[in-house]
Amino acid sequence: MSTPPVANARLLPVGPSGQALDLRSLAAHETHFGRLPLIEGPRIGKPGPLVHEIEKSGLRGRGGGWFPTARKIHAVVESAGTRRAWSAGRKPVVIANAMEGEPASSKDAVLLRHSPHLVFDGIQALAATIGAEQAYIAIHRGSPVIDVVLRALADRNDRVTIELVTPPARYVSSEESALAHWIGDGMGTPVYGKRTFERGVNDRPTQVQNAETMAHIGLIARYGGEWFASVGDTKAPGTCLVTVGGAVNAPGVIEVPVGTPVAEIISRCKGFSTEVSGFLTGGYGGAWVATDNLMASDWTPESVAAEGGAIGAGILWALDARTCALHEVARVALFMAGESAGQCGPCRFGLPSLADDLATIAGKSAQMSDVHRLNTRIPLVQQRGGCKHPDGVARFVSSAMHVFQEEVAHHLRGRCSATSTGAALPVEGMRAIPVGLPGKDFK
Amino acid sequence: MSQLHELRLDPTGCDAHGFCVEILPELFTLDEWGYPLLNTGTLVAAVPKDLVSAAKKAVAACPVAALRLEKLKS
Ligand SMILES: Cc1cc2nc3c(=O)[nH]c(=O)nc-3n(C[C@H](O)[C@H](O)[C@H](O)COP(=O)(O)O)c2cc1C
Ligand code: SF4
Ligand code: SF4
Repeated sequence: MSTPPVANARLLPVGPSGQALDLRSLAAHETHFGRLPLIEGPRIGKPGPLVHEIEKSGLRGRGGGWFPTARKIHAVVESAGTRRAWSAGRKPVVIANAMEGEPASSKDAVLLRHSPHLVFDGIQALAATIGAEQAYIAIHRGSPVIDVVLRALADRNDRVTIELVTPPARYVSSEESALAHWIGDGMGTPVYGKRTFERGVNDRPTQVQNAETMAHIGLIARYGGEWFASVGDTKAPGTCLVTVGGAVNAPGVIEVPVGTPVAEIISRCKGFSTEVSGFLTGGYGGAWVATDNLMASDWTPESVAAEGGAIGAGILWALDARTCALHEVARVALFMAGESAGQCGPCRFGLPSLADDLATIAGKSAQMSDVHRLNTRIPLVQQRGGCKHPDGVARFVSSAMHVFQEEVAHHLRGRCSATSTGAALPVEGMRAIPVGLPGKDFK
Repeated sequence: MSQLHELRLDPTGCDAHGFCVEILPELFTLDEWGYPLLNTGTLVAAVPKDLVSAAKKAVAACPVAALRLEKLKS
């Protein structure tokens, strides 16, 4: 085993003068981290021994759900076994999810730009552990890191070839069943009623992990689970990447131990650049939290949830108080409505209805009846979709109505406290509400 | 051991034909967009014993096979 990297710069190591290391070449990568050791495969329906290290590490997925990675490994291998996958030549499939569908997130792109081989090592280690012979990395079409990834892949000589796939840059194409659907059938829409770990790519057991999760696996395979858990939170060990955006002086992606006080994260980004009206946690499928409440909290999934937030894929956005929060929320809701795959009624028609109500509330003639209508519609889009997209939007909207209730009251009196009409939250490539065939743009 | 039944709706399949709502108004209403809303507000609802045969009828009536009745043992 090589020497583990120091302290809290594990995924994004820094050089002696504090600059981020460029580990894009395999040589630089192996000089820094050492070579990936040989990983043993599964035996008689049990995952290879790396699963024990991953268990010990307490690693939880960094793509938004924070689900224990070891449990997913067991589920995939168990499902492969019970479904006679081995004898039928239906071995499990691995997918690294580097789609980064959240417009306010850049952590997976930053990771791949600096340390692509760490992500690939994780894919290799995971594939070996579950006995997969097919492995993919999914990056959304048009992403600027595709070049870096292709060049780095060309450097490698892996037992399991990692294939780059580039599904459409649509929010829900990053959901795991949609990725499996894309790879199997060329349609990037979510699939209802099949669990990806049982029936994913071409109905094979499929393990999808976020790119950052893969990179952590690449480190655990080298330095072990105990090393991994030596920093971080007891319930969520290790470090995590956070994309800090909005009204801070030095926005960007930073790596911190899970459990770092939010106030410390903000000071690492050189503090607020202006007055802040609230925090968005977890992106557009996440939730708003009042500034003071979050500033007093630690950055763990549980503590952020206790404040009404959702750490999700590690997005922390400080909203500039000069913009109208309600206008921002309405813009994002419209974007998210347009990102529906259009397969399910409550998502296809419900999300545009929420966006309409919000646009009215954000406008100059908001009525109490508009607020009531929105409040009765929110539960109508929850738990009724084929995937969790509408649930994420509902959480985003309902938390906003709570955190910005004073601004709502203001708008009901025909006023708005914004002093700037500029937009804050990114919604590049914003789409119109879907018309025509469901899922038509998902090929 | 009694048999429990659960009705499941596949939202990606449902085309808002509404037959299920006509056959099983005890379990379904129509939402404002014309889609069936189960009394649980989710995609699954327990079917009381006396409605099992009506539920079977609803499943058969759905033109896109978006409904499924599942037996659970308790
Ligand atoms: C609408 C929707 C969008 C998602 N987008 C992403 C994404 O961009 N990147 C990602 O890693 N996971 C995303 N997820 C979560 C994935 O479905 C999946 O749970 C995750 O990639 C698993 O990896 P992890 O366990 O390592 O977090 C999304 C989920 C939903 C419902
Ligand atoms: S809930 Fe929306 S995004 Fe998800 S499968 Fe249904 S239509 Fe598609
Ligand atoms: S009968 Fe089928 S398609 Fe029609 S509303 Fe009911 S579930 Fe949907």
